[in-house]
Amino acid sequence: MSALLSPLGALGRLTLDILAAMGRVAIFAAQTLTHMLRPPFYPREFLNALLQIGWLSLPVVGLTAIFTGGALALQIYAGGARFNAEAVVPQIVAIGMVRELGPVLVGLMIAARVTSSIAAELATMKVTEQIDALVTLSTHPMKYLAVPRVLAALITVPILVGVGDIIGIFGGYVVATQNLGFNAAAYLQNTVDFLEMRDIVSSLVKGCVFGGIAAVMGCYYGMNSGRGAQGVGRATKGSVEAAAVLILAANFLLTGVFFSV
Amino acid sequence: MIRFENVHKSFGPKRVLRGMTLDVPKGTSMVIIGGSGTGKSVALKCVLGLIKPDSGRILVDGGDAETGDRDAFLARFGMLFQGGALFDSLPVWQNVAFRLLRGALKKPASEAREIAIDKLRRVGLTADVADLYPAELSGGMQKRVGLARAICADPEIIFFDEPTTGLDPIMAGVINELIREIVTEMGATAITITHDMSSVRAIADNVAMLHDGVIKWTGPVGKMDASGDPYLDQFIHGRATGPIEAVR
Ligand SMILES: Nc1ncnc2c1ncn2[C@@H]1O[C@H](COP(=O)(O)OP(=O)(O)O)[C@@H](O)[C@H]1O
Ligand SMILES: [Mg+2]
Repeated sequence: MSALLSPLGALGRLTLDILAAMGRVAIFAAQTLTHMLRPPFYPREFLNALLQIGWLSLPVVGLTAIFTGGALALQIYAGGARFNAEAVVPQIVAIGMVRELGPVLVGLMIAARVTSSIAAELATMKVTEQIDALVTLSTHPMKYLAVPRVLAALITVPILVGVGDIIGIFGGYVVATQNLGFNAAAYLQNTVDFLEMRDIVSSLVKGCVFGGIAAVMGCYYGMNSGRGAQGVGRATKGSVEAAAVLILAANFLLTGVFFSV
Repeated sequence: MIRFENVHKSFGPKRVLRGMTLDVPKGTSMVIIGGSGTGKSVALKCVLGLIKPDSGRILVDGGDAETGDRDAFLARFGMLFQGGALFDSLPVWQNVAFRLLRGALKKPASEAREIAIDKLRRVGLTADVADLYPAELSGGMQKRVGLARAICADPEIIFFDEPTTGLDPIMAGVINELIREIVTEMGATAITITHDMSSVRAIADNVAMLHDGVIKWTGPVGKMDASGDPYLDQFIHGRATGPIEAVR
């Protein structure tokens, strides 16, 4: 009997652990937001975070988006051909990129690139007592380390998503006009006609939320890292896993909010 | 005046501080000695609130370290961490002048840089290192940069966690003199952790020996040799046999 129940016990413990962790993360996120509003501010750290999180992520976001848009056009053309609906390529590429693939793929790339680097950097700072040193130098680690990164992500990730959407659509456009025989002007016209304001707003809101998740998870895991090199490794791995899963879950919820009639 | 009152701290099952009680009078230099892993660094971190004691109190000038304005409290302290704890994203001079570049003590960058270079000179480093990054320095140089950072804003209370570990004997002598100078000239209160008995004699007004989580012996440095305390004697003379087990 007890052997049968022990997996249940483990499941229960896991559930409790997850709930407790979610509570701690929520408190951490709320603290970061309140620190965002109160001085002192660290503009230099903020500008650096804008550069690291926003500008330097552009290449990987662009590459992700262009290949995805191109593949999407090929798939829809092949799939649509089964019921003589090849012509919908521009419309489906547009909503596919803007509503789902743009925000999700950019969010996941940001989790891979930004969350991991924030977590590893802050965890190393924790392990080498640099975070303690900040405190002794009268500098609040949340204000100095977390706030600039989270704020920069909230601002730049929606922009990255917007750029990703456009590049993705462009990828589909290139494939459709070069390989699939679509007329260039008609393709663009179809795209513009088909997209609604709601699509674009949802895309940018998703970007903002995913950026927040990515940066908060990096900061949370980094600043709560365990000791030693192993602690840094665990923090980095945990932060990326958590950010990716939360981004996908948040995407599901947001899609529900925006598009369930 | 810093007072530890019956301070306890455990990490999980490991009991590190088990009722540490110690007074450090204002304007004096206290040296804490004791085997590695006995909790000396933990004791200093408890004063700064970086680690919260499980029980007991720590008073700074009669006030509880945990209550009151934390910024004002921390502004009085300087700390050299055992591992240096330099910010590796900032060049050396910005590490040293960290306090002077932001917050309440903010100064123009050029002035802060001059002060930083002056402090670097005091720890035996030339202006050439100012623009290097911490990762480009040797361990002993990093330690001295950490020391320069700790003293940069002329704090009233300074903690030095193993300031001379990893330094050559000449540089260790320079650092010992510097610490002595800071206490006598600036009237600062200092607590230094060290394993180096020549440092103890050069720096200390008073000595305290931490063992098994409590202060086994404390007194003026002059009485250290004739203390008659078997733990202290074993430590001073570095004997492998005695009441302190060599395997810990
Ligand atoms: N943050 C921490 N978490 C768990 N254990 C710790 C922590 N800090 C210190 N310890 C443990 O406390 C003991 C005392 O450490 P420390 O004060 O660094 O020793 P030392 O006297 O050499 O400075 C060590 O056994 C160390 O492993
Ligand atoms: Mg130590």
